[in-house]
Amino acid sequence: MKGPVMKRLMLALSLTLSAAALAPAPVRAGATDTDEERAARWSEIKASIFGDRKVEASPSAVTIDAPARALDAALVPIGLTLADKDSVKGLYFIIDDNPSPYAAHFTFGPAADPGEIKMRVRVNNYTNVHAVVETKDGRLLESAKFVKASGGCSAPMGMSDEEAMKGMGEMRMKFVGDVQPGKPAEATLMVRHPNFSGMQMNQLTRDYTPARYIQKLDVTYGDKLVFHLDGDISIASNPVINFAFKPEGQGSLKVVASDNQEGRWEHSFPVPSASN
Amino acid sequence: MSASVTRRAALFGGFCLCCLPRPGFAVDALSMEEVAPGTFIRRGPDAEATPENADGIANIGFIVGRDGVLVTESGGSLADGQWLREQIARRTDKPIRYVMLTHVHPDHVFGAAAFRGDNPTFVGHAALRGALDARGAFYRQRLAEILGEDKAGEVVYPTMEVKDGAEIDLGDRTLRLTAHGSAHTSCDLSMLDTGSGLLFPADLLFVGRIPSLDGSLLGWFKEIERLKAMGAADAVPGHGPTRVAFAPAMADLARYLTALRDETRKAVASGVPIEAAVQSVALGEKDRWALFDTYNGRNVTQAYQELEWE
Repeated sequence: MKGPVMKRLMLALSLTLSAAALAPAPVRAGATDTDEERAARWSEIKASIFGDRKVEASPSAVTIDAPARALDAALVPIGLTLADKDSVKGLYFIIDDNPSPYAAHFTFGPAADPGEIKMRVRVNNYTNVHAVVETKDGRLLESAKFVKASGGCSAPMGMSDEEAMKGMGEMRMKFVGDVQPGKPAEATLMVRHPNFSGMQMNQLTRDYTPARYIQKLDVTYGDKLVFHLDGDISIASNPVINFAFKPEGQGSLKVVASDNQEGRWEHSFPVPSASN
Repeated sequence: MSASVTRRAALFGGFCLCCLPRPGFAVDALSMEEVAPGTFIRRGPDAEATPENADGIANIGFIVGRDGVLVTESGGSLADGQWLREQIARRTDKPIRYVMLTHVHPDHVFGAAAFRGDNPTFVGHAALRGALDARGAFYRQRLAEILGEDKAGEVVYPTMEVKDGAEIDLGDRTLRLTAHGSAHTSCDLSMLDTGSGLLFPADLLFVGRIPSLDGSLLGWFKEIERLKAMGAADAVPGHGPTRVAFAPAMADLARYLTALRDETRKAVASGVPIEAAVQSVALGEKDRWALFDTYNGRNVTQAYQELEWE
């Protein structure tokens, strides 16, 4: 059992992290790790993602809203609130003890209102989670929170692979409240996709279902980028992302999503106008 | 007899000291209730799996028929199944012909390994095999972490798969089996005993302990109607008292599921996010169920995922 899992982990890592991430021996992660062990792991992850760039501890720059103990390890709601949204260029979310820790990287565009991002992730172990804000002037500001959960990545989907893939690529967009030109508006994007982690067992073949997950997702408003997301296996199945954007009048939100197996889906959602 | 008591004491880490001094006396009286002639059920405590309870948390038991024994639920671990097997041996010499595997959850199937030597027919829903393939190893590992490797048991597959319905003849009675649509899980199997008239809905009916949702909320409502149509007056629920009047017990369950459905729908419709919904949905049910805080939020998570795509 260990064999195939490890293979998937390496695969997932190689797809998302720089080659440097493959070099260090994996640090054993567990519920009983000491603070020192957790700190060592984070240093290692940081180096693999950010190289030798300085990452400053700044709990006030980004607030992580996550349950201290997850109700469902396969669907842990995460809220990230950014203090100085005008200075934000990007946002990283990392789940230190997940097999593939680098969960998501958002890059914001001119149509974004990056004050808050919400998403749902898998958590495989008792772990620190980290959010790192990249500012427009190149600073990296980190914040952390400890989450208790276990088995989120290998937890079975509860149905057959075939059923889990039904409607793959279907999308919905929900707009919250009145959308008014010039005022930031909130929206929730839902995407049907199993986001197979590569650690779930296929019921028929008795082999691990290969990882298949949303790898890239772009949301644009008119011709302006709202955000680009690089995703990974730690994002829960049927991804749901809550974000805010800056409507200017008539327009549509366009979503283009692609997964690591060359699936590509595109949908356009007219933004409801408050004028009528 | 003394050997078996020693084994039982070992299984439960010596916790059941009250039962030890008089083998065959207090043990029998306390552990199994004869809910109908020849039908014995052990009430599972409203608890989570612990080393002390050996995951013996579901209502497990057996029916002694003319031609043999049918095990209604196998137990939550090898240890729990071995205990049940011993209880059977104390009461009858008849062979164990059938072991029901009512759904994929560990507290219902991990006792099955204890009956392998009896070579019974293991009976399960047609979807159970797939569910065990998907989850069995995962559950076993979690169980072994709690109980230890030697007590966890192993995954046992059904040797008789029920697709829609089936009947089992024990000579003096027929047991009517129904394979249900996705409800509590995706592989729920119920049983009606024509001898006693008792319905065995397994975990399609929880009494006192909060139901857990792991299949389909909307599907569960459909299967409640099917169970009602079977016309049984009394039932042996998967969790709770060993024998209950079916209608009021099912009404309680339906009331909880209705609160879960309606309030989750409302949350989805009014833009209440999932992390807020888990804190607010079905709270009116809080004082009515054991383990509410352990399971309600998870049930809301499941319900929300199902209903947000409506």
